[in-house]
Amino acid sequence: MLAPVVHVLPMTRIRRHRLLPITGKVLVRKGQTVSALDVIGEANQNPKHVLLDITRGLGVNFYEIDQHIQRNAGDIVAEGDILAGPVGWGKRVVRAPSSGRIILSGRGKMLLEEESPPQQVLAGLPGEVISLIPGRGAVVESTGALVQGVWGNDQINAGMLRVLIKKVEDILTVEQLDIDLRGSVVFGGYCGDEQVLRAAAELPLKGLILSSLSATLIPVARETPLPIIVVEGFGLLPMNSSAFNLLVTSESREIAINAESLDPYTAQRPEAFISLPVNQVVHEPKDATIFSPGQKVRITRAPYQSQIGTLMSLKPGLEVLPNGIKAQAAEIELESSIRVKLPLANLEVLE
Amino acid sequence: MDSTETPQQYSGSSLLAVEVGEVNTRAVLFDVVEGRYRFLAVGRARTTAAAPFNDIGEGVLRAISDLEQISDRDLIGGDDRLIMPAKMDGSGIDLFVATISAGPPIRVVAAGLLDDISLASAIRLASTTYSEVIETLGLNDRKKPEERLDALLNLRPDLVILAGGTENGATNTVVRLLESVGLACSLMQEEQRPEVLFVGNQDLNPEVEKRLGNLTNYSFAPNVRPRLEVEQISPAQHKMVDIFRSIRSTGIPGVSELNEWADMGMMPTASAFGRMIQFLSKVYDPGKGVLGIDIGASATTIAAAFDGELQLGVYPEYGLGRGIIGLIKDAKIDEIQRWIPMEINPDYIRDYISNKQIYPASVPGSAEDLAIEEALARQAIRKAIGAAESGFSSKLKRSGPGLLPWFEPILATGSVINKAPSVGHSLLTLLDAVQPTSITTFVLDQHNLAAPLGAAAPVNPHLSVQVLESSAFLSLATVITPVARVRHGTPILRLKVTYESGDETSLDIKQGALEALPIPQGEAAKLRLQPLHRADVGMGGPGRGGSVRVVGGILGVVIDARGRPILIPKDPARRQELFKKWLWTLGG
Repeated sequence: MLAPVVHVLPMTRIRRHRLLPITGKVLVRKGQTVSALDVIGEANQNPKHVLLDITRGLGVNFYEIDQHIQRNAGDIVAEGDILAGPVGWGKRVVRAPSSGRIILSGRGKMLLEEESPPQQVLAGLPGEVISLIPGRGAVVESTGALVQGVWGNDQINAGMLRVLIKKVEDILTVEQLDIDLRGSVVFGGYCGDEQVLRAAAELPLKGLILSSLSATLIPVARETPLPIIVVEGFGLLPMNSSAFNLLVTSESREIAINAESLDPYTAQRPEAFISLPVNQVVHEPKDATIFSPGQKVRITRAPYQSQIGTLMSLKPGLEVLPNGIKAQAAEIELESSIRVKLPLANLEVLE
Repeated sequence: MDSTETPQQYSGSSLLAVEVGEVNTRAVLFDVVEGRYRFLAVGRARTTAAAPFNDIGEGVLRAISDLEQISDRDLIGGDDRLIMPAKMDGSGIDLFVATISAGPPIRVVAAGLLDDISLASAIRLASTTYSEVIETLGLNDRKKPEERLDALLNLRPDLVILAGGTENGATNTVVRLLESVGLACSLMQEEQRPEVLFVGNQDLNPEVEKRLGNLTNYSFAPNVRPRLEVEQISPAQHKMVDIFRSIRSTGIPGVSELNEWADMGMMPTASAFGRMIQFLSKVYDPGKGVLGIDIGASATTIAAAFDGELQLGVYPEYGLGRGIIGLIKDAKIDEIQRWIPMEINPDYIRDYISNKQIYPASVPGSAEDLAIEEALARQAIRKAIGAAESGFSSKLKRSGPGLLPWFEPILATGSVINKAPSVGHSLLTLLDAVQPTSITTFVLDQHNLAAPLGAAAPVNPHLSVQVLESSAFLSLATVITPVARVRHGTPILRLKVTYESGDETSLDIKQGALEALPIPQGEAAKLRLQPLHRADVGMGGPGRGGSVRVVGGILGVVIDARGRPILIPKDPARRQELFKKWLWTLGG
């Protein structure tokens, strides 16, 4: 059976396609070294438009209006520029309500695309631009430690990693967020208190890596102006031991947080990355595999959610689970040496 | 093949059907055994539409390969193509059909004139396939032309459904909407432009061609509102199937190959499922409808057919996979909690739903999680039926206002029901969710065969009929629902059962009760129904009874006198006691 894979790796090579959703400008060159916050490309994704009724504005006959229009489609205008007129003894004019570009002009109307800051796609991780995708973006490659999460609030930043978690099941509290954490990326445990997120924003932190989050805080987390990555899921869940050990031993290193939301169709998922130099060949990790004995797996549903185990054997046919459901299953040895029978659907390979 | 073409009747015997679901891809084999079509085997694999494969081909080939092993039959030749037609050595197949529900919902902007007329019909048309209406544009929405333009530009829909104007009716206002769509298309990058389906006043077809001609793909279907009081969705539904196929083919690699393999072109699973329900409605009692429920990861589909007229509703927002979050957007958590027989913190339910969205393929691993999953299924089906019901005619027979029309049978499928710990769990989930009235039969499509059979029905109707009559579909129970407005505990139905053996039993059913009569599966019995206190059992009106011949399902005959709607106690202890009792009644 095909198995989903999640990466928690102390040393790996990764390539990330950093793409604009629509065609725009690519601002990097091949071979360029980038940081997580460097702009790869930009595009005017969501422009606002204003439809101007020039006929009404000038108060002239529809059939005479075109002779009073001073700007053409394609012209760039500044706020207050005269678009049409003057007309009559009062020198009536129509001015641009804001800066922008004229898209269409004619039949007494003018469509203005308002100037707006372009939307940017950031590198998301430090690395080297190894290829360009014209008009859309670039591929960034890097080596280092990688921890993938399951939820992110669509923001990117980087900073020094500070560890506030001592045990995998710890809960992050507002009291732990001291002023000396300002500008750092905090690795905490479970967050079930809105005040923690507010305090993180007030400090401000540059990022937050959580083992788990209360689902009731999703709306607040989305609005919190710093990247937040949830590694395990929602509810009071401990951090898996692999990610815990990797992050704890990386304290004080520079860490990039790309808290993009999980998108199964683009392979986009939230991740934290620590760039590390290598002096040997490091390969890219596999993104897909087949369940087989000996694999390290993470359990994705209760009971044992977020625990790590070793796949000991695959059960033939369908197994009846303790709750009566029938499913393809495997025997898993948990880190506590307890062996349990779990559905394959609730496992992902950890590598 | 265009879905409106008349298919050729097919003479070969074996059929391979592939269904690419959101979570699993299934390959199903049918063939003739002892002179009748039979369902033989099913192969399964994970769907590979998403990363890292991003191509459904891997999952399709693995599912077929699994089927080859199970059936001990070669289906794929050395050239990596299907062996067609079947050979004398037993390898290969004669017909191949495919359906798909995988992939994100199609993003639709629905545009029309009046909110409750053409715009409502455009939205209803969108709901006949896996789509999400992300914006509506109408005469009464008070949006300025540039706001309409920005909405179209910023949302970048896959499809714009443009309705409006009855036949020989309004044109100017529709043209204004069309102008906005045309202008937006002209300002979008070419690859971002949506398909446009025009289903308004057909006098405007030349105008649509003129304004969209060089800009984007557009198509026409008959007016969904030819007259104010008439809604006709069905003809446009065929065009929606074509558009869905086109969008999926460009959006998900491997779909166009599967489409080429499929003898009649690939269909949306929901459309194929709907076609099967439509087909059944021509076979069963024309006085009642046939109801089909498919609760899956990608969507919950409600197909209701009345004497050959299909009403199809596909609701990704009520699917149990990535769309599951729609359930808590629309409902308070206590609406879900009422279906859980134990005390579970509402926050845990929210966490569960958010985790399920991340891991849509996962299955409940504990008794508590199973209870939540079944509660979510109840809520999803109730919500989906509620949404679909707005399109049901008010003239249909019902046991009272606000109640569901009469259906016979009710066919249901979906992992949560098919893989439930027992058939009692399956039936109780369905009874709570559907809350049927009159006399009906619940049939479980335990192998998800309805959609493949629906896809094959135009070329091989015998296959559909014969497989339906086989044991592949499981009759859960005949369910009798007396509806009365009386106090809990008041007798509302006197029942006399005459078994085939000649034995007789009599019993009184009280309001609030759920009872099961142990009539063996497939065995007939005569029931004499005498409603009390003007209860309506669906035999001609309140208080009317009579004799009826029923056939036992695997759970016999069930009398559901729990009232409509079913009122669930808020007290968790009382709730737990009731659910235990009901489940025990249905065999545990």
